[in-house]
Amino acid sequence: MMSRDVIDIKAETSELHTDKMWVIMGPQHPFSHGLWTLKARLDGEIVVDAEPIIGYLHRGWEKECENRTYPKIIPMADRLCYAASMTYTHLYCMTVEKALGIDIPEKAKYIRIMADEICRIQSHLMWLAAVGTDLGNLTVFLWAMREREFFMDLNVRMCGARMTTNFPRIGGVRNDIDDEFAMFASRCVERFEKAIWDIIAMIDDSSVFVSRMKGTGILSREQCANLGITGPAMRGTGVDFDVRRDDPYDNYDKMDFEVPVLKEGDSYARYMVRIEELFQSCKIIKQCLQKVKAIGRNAPYRLKVPSKVPAGRAFVRMEDPRGESMMYLISDGTDKPYRLKVRSPIFVNVSAAKPLVLGSRIADVPAVMAMIDMCLGETDR
Amino acid sequence: MAGETYQASSVQEISDLLLKNFSGKVGITRTGERRVYAKVERDSIHDVCAYIHDNLTFEHATSIMGNDMVDRMEVIYHLSNYFNGVMIELTVELPADNLHVRSVADIWVGGNWHERETYELFGIVFDGHPKLERLLTPDTYEFYPFRKSYKLRGQG
Amino acid sequence: MAYSSILDWIQFKDVMSNPFYPFESYNLPFDLSYKIWELLGGLIAWLINLIFPGNGVSVWLMSDEISNVFALVVFMIIIFLVVFVVTLLSLWMERKVLGRVMDRRGTMIGLKGFMQCLADGFKTFLKENTIPRKVDKKTYLWTAALIIGTSALIACMIPLSDRWFVVNYGTGLLIIMALFALAPFFILVSGWAQNNKYSLIGGMRAAELMISYEVPMLIMIASTCLLAGSFNINDIVNMQGDTIWFFIPQIIGFITFIFCATAEAERVPFDIAEAEAELVEGWQTEYAGMKWGLIMLADYLRGYVSCAMVVIMYLGGWLIPFVSGGVNGWFPEIVFLLKVWSVFFIMIILRGALARVRTDQIVNIGWKVFMPLSVANLAVVLLLKLGGVF
Repeated sequence: MMSRDVIDIKAETSELHTDKMWVIMGPQHPFSHGLWTLKARLDGEIVVDAEPIIGYLHRGWEKECENRTYPKIIPMADRLCYAASMTYTHLYCMTVEKALGIDIPEKAKYIRIMADEICRIQSHLMWLAAVGTDLGNLTVFLWAMREREFFMDLNVRMCGARMTTNFPRIGGVRNDIDDEFAMFASRCVERFEKAIWDIIAMIDDSSVFVSRMKGTGILSREQCANLGITGPAMRGTGVDFDVRRDDPYDNYDKMDFEVPVLKEGDSYARYMVRIEELFQSCKIIKQCLQKVKAIGRNAPYRLKVPSKVPAGRAFVRMEDPRGESMMYLISDGTDKPYRLKVRSPIFVNVSAAKPLVLGSRIADVPAVMAMIDMCLGETDR
Repeated sequence: MAGETYQASSVQEISDLLLKNFSGKVGITRTGERRVYAKVERDSIHDVCAYIHDNLTFEHATSIMGNDMVDRMEVIYHLSNYFNGVMIELTVELPADNLHVRSVADIWVGGNWHERETYELFGIVFDGHPKLERLLTPDTYEFYPFRKSYKLRGQG
Repeated sequence: MAYSSILDWIQFKDVMSNPFYPFESYNLPFDLSYKIWELLGGLIAWLINLIFPGNGVSVWLMSDEISNVFALVVFMIIIFLVVFVVTLLSLWMERKVLGRVMDRRGTMIGLKGFMQCLADGFKTFLKENTIPRKVDKKTYLWTAALIIGTSALIACMIPLSDRWFVVNYGTGLLIIMALFALAPFFILVSGWAQNNKYSLIGGMRAAELMISYEVPMLIMIASTCLLAGSFNINDIVNMQGDTIWFFIPQIIGFITFIFCATAEAERVPFDIAEAEAELVEGWQTEYAGMKWGLIMLADYLRGYVSCAMVVIMYLGGWLIPFVSGGVNGWFPEIVFLLKVWSVFFIMIILRGALARVRTDQIVNIGWKVFMPLSVANLAVVLLLKLGGVF
């Protein structure tokens, strides 16, 4: 029998009678990476109540999709999260493929996984940069952005675009990767595995960074599960779950990688999980390069697919860099989706802002919220 | 609801347990690899969800979404566990003239915003929800933009 | 007529021979300003005398008393200009060094990026001077003026050498410290006056910061003065020349004082009062245009004073080791400034390498780390003094 009353954190309050004040942080506040607001009620410096407000970026994405043919949604899916655009495009293509009931070529699967992992590294590096600024250090920001640039170049090498790549297709990927890309990718990954230690040493060896992250924003495993937090933030609280491993899609079941899980549940654990994921992503990229090479140069990488999807329903979930994302497609047999629902990880994670920041100091609010890795494009949709 | 707790149960076990405990209220439409698809009567959704959470240990509500089938509305729940990646899809059909369903935000706090979103986009009212207000769209909206009756420009 | 030639007016008299000479010893900037005034005033006096021969104004202008007054005006300008340029150089240095730390180039406009500082100053000067409607206007403006004013005052009062000073007073270090500690009070009041919650929290934090570093800092100043036997800056520096630079006997105090000085200057990792991640700009949020520019300048002035105090107290001021006398043949002012910039370099590296600490952490560090260390430093000094080493 599991208890349900887990979200009952009592904020630490002083015994003096003090007036509490609402501080509205956002949407133009430097701590909110993107357009969202955190209303925080302060007792001195301690947060006693908080409420996240979103919706500044709501574009009616799902409704827009009902008005477009299936291929036209691919570039729109890129715009859901600009920091890791390929994951959403990949997810969308998988959903449509599932509704079509087709199996795509092996090569395309590996290329997609590789693209995913490149995006995961980009996204995590952008998160690392944001953590740097939220903790008051610009050096981490610029170093992480510098490392990210190499993976951006890798994106250019693969598909010609840096951020909104428009690369996966329903039934495969847009183009094959060449030997030059394989060389650049392996070089880039090997270089990165050494260079990231600069940043890690900078943060982990500094007691200031560590003391700012340790013991802040603590959630227990039960709270985290009940709040629906997913992704690295969840694995930092001891939930041993990764969609890539436990509910594999494409060819992740053929990949050899580990899922880092820590039990502490504070910001530092979330940080450590993300850093470890960077290395695991590098591992997956290297394996993918070998597999693609083994498949051979002339193997097919894209299927011809019909423009109309048979009536039915399909959903796929995947491990986004930020958590568990899901798309649910209802098709009515035409060339436009009847309904396309996006489950965004940050949409749920940000709703947990109150239990995350409750009882912590205002100075910790940016650091705690940075560990969620906000991305408003997918949140507001 | 007291009872035996199951962890990491297989698809077959889950569908058997659901059918056994809620006969007549839950219908398993189909099963797939790590997937259980079920239809649930509107009145028993909270009980079923509580059973799934408490006894089957499905700690995570992946998503709660609405869907407008013109003649009726649907609320679709995706519930998942952290043990073997099984997902349960529950579909509740609501007649168009009575869009009320019991909220499950007290079972999964993470479902809170999903239900708010479904309310503002489809007008489905979740009874017992702690704060059923508009979330993404402005409070002044008087229509539900994701209903099929709300047409986009260029949409038929 | 005797005073027909211009050279009759500009004689470059010895400044020390002026009976109204305001200082006790030779003062280089006053000497310079006295000569500059002789050039300017002599020219004016000569011109007036050409037009109205034999009038009293020319003679009055060049009399000992009035020359002194005008020379003091020029002296003030020179002192401030030097401090201003030194601060701009610190700013420029911070931008370049921080840029290199972060693997970028820093500012690049003109003279290796130095002109960017002037351009920024000019930009803030041209900005509209907005005052929010609901602020307590008088307090808002006065506190800003006082923060900038006290910062500029102490920056000017730091002597660059034993011949470059404003006042050579017996309790020099104490007065600098007293003026230095004033700014947090003004920040607190300014935070209240701005009618902004971020400013209010920023002001509170400035007070919180002050109670954590001020006491250890004063204890360390006391130990240095105990070692030197004087509060006078000249005496402290000369004592270091006679014996040994104080950072060797007081190595604990030296390291602790650098951190305290960083906190005093409100720089990373102790810039909690203007923590931009959570408080936008802290207590500076509502200041716009030139007010903000000057507050920024005041920040760097305080950084300069912090470094100068480290140099005076621990690094032998304007002295060079193994060069006795210091003044002759060497430019002690340049030596002093180079030392200041070296300490500032450490602060820049600290800023590039560290994150911002939290308010409860700074109080912890202040009372549980800095305080025992400063007392230990005082004990070491007492032992040295009792043992007759100094």
